[in-house]
Amino acid sequence: MPHISLEEHLPGITGLLEYRLDTAYPIRDLTQILLRGPSTLSQAERELIATVVSAGNQCQFCTAAHTAAADILLGESHTSDMVKNDLSEAPVSEKMKALLEIAKCVQVSGKKVSPELIQRAKSLEASDLEIHDTVLIAALFCLYNKYVDGLASVTPTDPAFYQTLGNKIVNLGYLRSQPKPDKQTI
Amino acid sequence: MFRPETGKPLYELAQALLRSPSSLSEAERELIAAFVSSKNNCMFCMSSHAAAARYLFKDQKRVVDFVLHDYQEAPIAEKLKALLNIAGKVQQDARTVKADDVDRAKETGATEQEIHDTVLIAASFCMFNRYVDGLASLTPEDPKDYEPMGERMAEMGYSLPKKD
Repeated sequence: MPHISLEEHLPGITGLLEYRLDTAYPIRDLTQILLRGPSTLSQAERELIATVVSAGNQCQFCTAAHTAAADILLGESHTSDMVKNDLSEAPVSEKMKALLEIAKCVQVSGKKVSPELIQRAKSLEASDLEIHDTVLIAALFCLYNKYVDGLASVTPTDPAFYQTLGNKIVNLGYLRSQPKPDKQTI
Repeated sequence: MFRPETGKPLYELAQALLRSPSSLSEAERELIAAFVSSKNNCMFCMSSHAAAARYLFKDQKRVVDFVLHDYQEAPIAEKLKALLNIAGKVQQDARTVKADDVDRAKETGATEQEIHDTVLIAASFCMFNRYVDGLASLTPEDPKDYEPMGERMAEMGYSLPKKD
């Protein structure tokens, strides 16, 4: 049971983002820019960063949701599985492995990101912007994971729920769906 | 600023959490931010938010250093201690926030909104701290450098710096 009263039909992060809207808007905007905005990293790659961080924080809701999104974008589930469980053997580029290593360090502490790790990512042609965005995506998912678990929001157990949510965040993104203005319904 | 597009929502989030109307004072909210940043060993965020909290606490400013040293023994209300306990657990491993912790906060008078905001401030500073340290941002070492920063944060709040 959640620690605070949330709408029952909105599990995980969804109820929290409706609980307080003025904080939810910038969190949603930041996520939309980082995961769906123009980038030299693909949307699937950025969802994989969200996935490894959520898995590192053992946040079941976020891990399942972003695994589903990455799998839909990639058309398979092997990559996300390997990225979570055996990164060095995962079927992603060496540059992506270096960025995912940085994300895994950020999950533990920003201080764990060593100059060597950054240098390694740069030597594999990661740009400054890609490194910046990797660190900020990883930091943002620490926020999400701690928000979701710190208030004990509901974690659905039915895989179909995450498939639906994954489709929603792939196809519609992270911004709040705006209710139609009243004028149009008159 | 390296990336103003992402800077804007980050400032907006800090402003909403730390400056918008709330039954927690701005000083108390800055104190939660400084406390979490201290536990994350983020020198820049800890020093600047502690400076903002000292400025906002005015003649009570010594509580900031008491809290950063040992909040359990600090001369603060039991409600604030219960909220700091929750913030500390969020920083460590958010799954360890249990019904007992929340009940204790409620028994000392904390509302659900205050509990929500405490968790979100703590979670947000786990983001800000990692962002600052993960990219090894420049961190002034002289505590005096943070005093004008804290005063500016207290007086002006959080908004994207304007271009010159």
